[in-house]
Amino acid sequence: MPVTIGLGFIVAVLQTAVYKTHDDRYEHLLRFFGKLFLINFAIGVVTGIVQEFQFGMNWAQYSAFVGNIFGPPLAIEGLLAFFMESTFLGIWIFGKGKVSNRIHLLSIWMVVLGSTLSAAFILVANTWMQNPVGYKIDQVTHQAVMTNFAAIVTNELFLTTLMHVLLASLITGSALALGIAFYQMKREGSKRVFALGARVALVVFFVASIAMALDGSAQGVVTVKDQPMKMAAAEALYNTKSGAPESLLTIGNLKDQVLFQITLPHVLSLLATNSWNGKVQGINQLQKADVKKYGPGNYVPTVWLEYWNFRIMAGLGAVIIAIAVWGMWLLWRKRLDSSKWFRRVAIYAIPLPFIANTTGWIFTETGRQPWIVYGVLRTSQGVTRNLSPWDVGFTFVGFIALYVVLGAVDLAMMLHYSRKELATINGELPPPDSSADQEIDSLVY
Amino acid sequence: MHVTGLQLFWFVLIGVLWSGYFFLEGFDFGVGMLLPVIAKGDLERRGLINAIGPIWDGNEVWLIVAGGATFAAFPLWYSTMFSAFYLALFVVLVALIVRGMSFEFRGLRTSTRWRRNWDRINFSGSLLASLIWGVAFADLLKGIPLNAQHAFTGNFFSLLQPYALLGGLTMVALFVLHGSTFLSLKTTGELHEKAVAAARRVAPIATLVLFAFLTWTYFVARSHGNSGAVPGFIPVTAFLLIAAVSWLVREHLNGWAFVFTGVAILALTITIFMTLYPNMITSSTAFSDSLSIATAASQRYTLNIMTIIAAVFTPFVLLYQGWTYWIFRKRITLPPTGAKVEA
Repeated sequence: MPVTIGLGFIVAVLQTAVYKTHDDRYEHLLRFFGKLFLINFAIGVVTGIVQEFQFGMNWAQYSAFVGNIFGPPLAIEGLLAFFMESTFLGIWIFGKGKVSNRIHLLSIWMVVLGSTLSAAFILVANTWMQNPVGYKIDQVTHQAVMTNFAAIVTNELFLTTLMHVLLASLITGSALALGIAFYQMKREGSKRVFALGARVALVVFFVASIAMALDGSAQGVVTVKDQPMKMAAAEALYNTKSGAPESLLTIGNLKDQVLFQITLPHVLSLLATNSWNGKVQGINQLQKADVKKYGPGNYVPTVWLEYWNFRIMAGLGAVIIAIAVWGMWLLWRKRLDSSKWFRRVAIYAIPLPFIANTTGWIFTETGRQPWIVYGVLRTSQGVTRNLSPWDVGFTFVGFIALYVVLGAVDLAMMLHYSRKELATINGELPPPDSSADQEIDSLVY
Repeated sequence: MHVTGLQLFWFVLIGVLWSGYFFLEGFDFGVGMLLPVIAKGDLERRGLINAIGPIWDGNEVWLIVAGGATFAAFPLWYSTMFSAFYLALFVVLVALIVRGMSFEFRGLRTSTRWRRNWDRINFSGSLLASLIWGVAFADLLKGIPLNAQHAFTGNFFSLLQPYALLGGLTMVALFVLHGSTFLSLKTTGELHEKAVAAARRVAPIATLVLFAFLTWTYFVARSHGNSGAVPGFIPVTAFLLIAAVSWLVREHLNGWAFVFTGVAILALTITIFMTLYPNMITSSTAFSDSLSIATAASQRYTLNIMTIIAAVFTPFVLLYQGWTYWIFRKRITLPPTGAKVEA
């Protein structure tokens, strides 16, 4: 999904450039990246149905408990986002020549808007699990029921997370486009085209990275406030401290003994509370408070998982920002196209945002444990009761196998089409509207 | 328990969403199932696939929205139904996923084997999904083992009762017929002739299967003591429409044939929902353990919010979906044989 939003945005920008300038370089780029966008979109579309069903299939108790609150964002996502995405994508793919250029341009922007709305509503649902607001527990049915819809869609965690996810998507898509453009620049025939493509991607990449630096720290502050246990685990901070240091590297048994640690004094307090000597709560104190609040139990997520996933995510974020700044500096000094080192880095940086996204999600979802709805319902209370381990195991293995195959096909197709040379005639690119790629009327697939 | 107006409204709305889904994706599935049967050679198969190319994805969204609306408006229906049909729905998901991939990926390579394999996947996915939807809805009607807490107590095999299998068969037959009448409208020349021939062959089978299913449904409804909820003319209309298709196709009234198969599918879905009322899942353990609309529903606040949102946005969705059908109203014409076709 991050690729769909990020690459979709870049494709939409390219098409806008075609519309405004009629520069044939943009036209070539649009066709090239449009194809890659569609390959990815296909995966996003077909796997999108799974989520809509999975809650009821595997999490029946959870679905029955939260349906009053959790169902509406999913229904709205379908109504607002999925219809928009799929319908306008159909117009975008098949409508060239059938609708005006203006409508054709509008349709790709509608696809991007649809993807963004989809991300927004699924995050409304997700952040409600992380930080439940606007609800009460019905005493008769023992379900969580909605009391304030406005509070749910203005959940502070939702607003920061949405920003975080959208920026991550832009970074992922633009890093992909940047790396591929640099890969393609080695070919003389299409160099002028992809040099321009690299610039478009770099600008998006840079702006999104800088915004992410600001947003990341805001996200940290909100998480500390709403889910102190998660951040304490992320920092492996066992005891409450004022002016807490940020640890860069910890070796220890991660129970509560630290053997070796590199730290930046006061930085954790600064990040978590925006003040030099702010008090950050530790795992042991939070556990005690939770026992008092919710009864006996273990309320500490798996600390090493949180600690390392958080570090990988944030560390890659820092690397990404450094690459973006370096690239902009080269662009400013007019050395972007000649720097061999930057070319290498740009190509090998393609997977970094993917890794950061994945570790980020593992961090935030496992950091909520043992809760499925933070402070309200435990994960163990949410599962479907009528399933045998065989049922669950069978479908689990089935989905893994299917997704591995899908992933492999996707990757093979992406590699094929991102390495494919643009067709040249005598070493020159033909004008994009030459007969070489005229489709037979309406046979697109 | 008494069913409130708001709950009834959402029950009807979800019925409308499923009807729309079966109407629209019904012909997509039908085209998928006809793909290896009537089309010879890659070009003809491409012609068939492109007939539904711009719209199949939008059609499938009806299912997602039906699922989401069920979750929001009737959480207990959603959770009980989806967990009871666990393995069956897993198969549906896999079928829909690989079928969706087949559209996008078949054209990416020119190899004949590559394309044939994706077409086979499209066929199997369409067939399995049609079959399972039919089985599932017939199961809701006939009854599956639910205890007094409305929790499912059966297993995968309790879903495979004869009545439900007949329901699955009915869906498959209707969708194949619907797909062929759709294709007869969307194609020209030889493909058009083949679509018409397919419709003529399938129509009598579909008529027979539908008759058997509706008759059995009548007895199921009687045994639940609520056959009065369905005015007889709705299922009878479904039957008469399908019975008339043979004649319409012979008379080259292809537009009418498509309208008839479509309306028959709507009438069948309405029959299923009306027979269910006031329950959502019939319990085969004891009829009084059935999950009712009033028990399954979300509270008034949630239903109110959802009603406002649906009222504001649904017109836009219908408007632009209708508009795409208008844009792509032209028939598919294959290039003369021998012409070079780009991948």
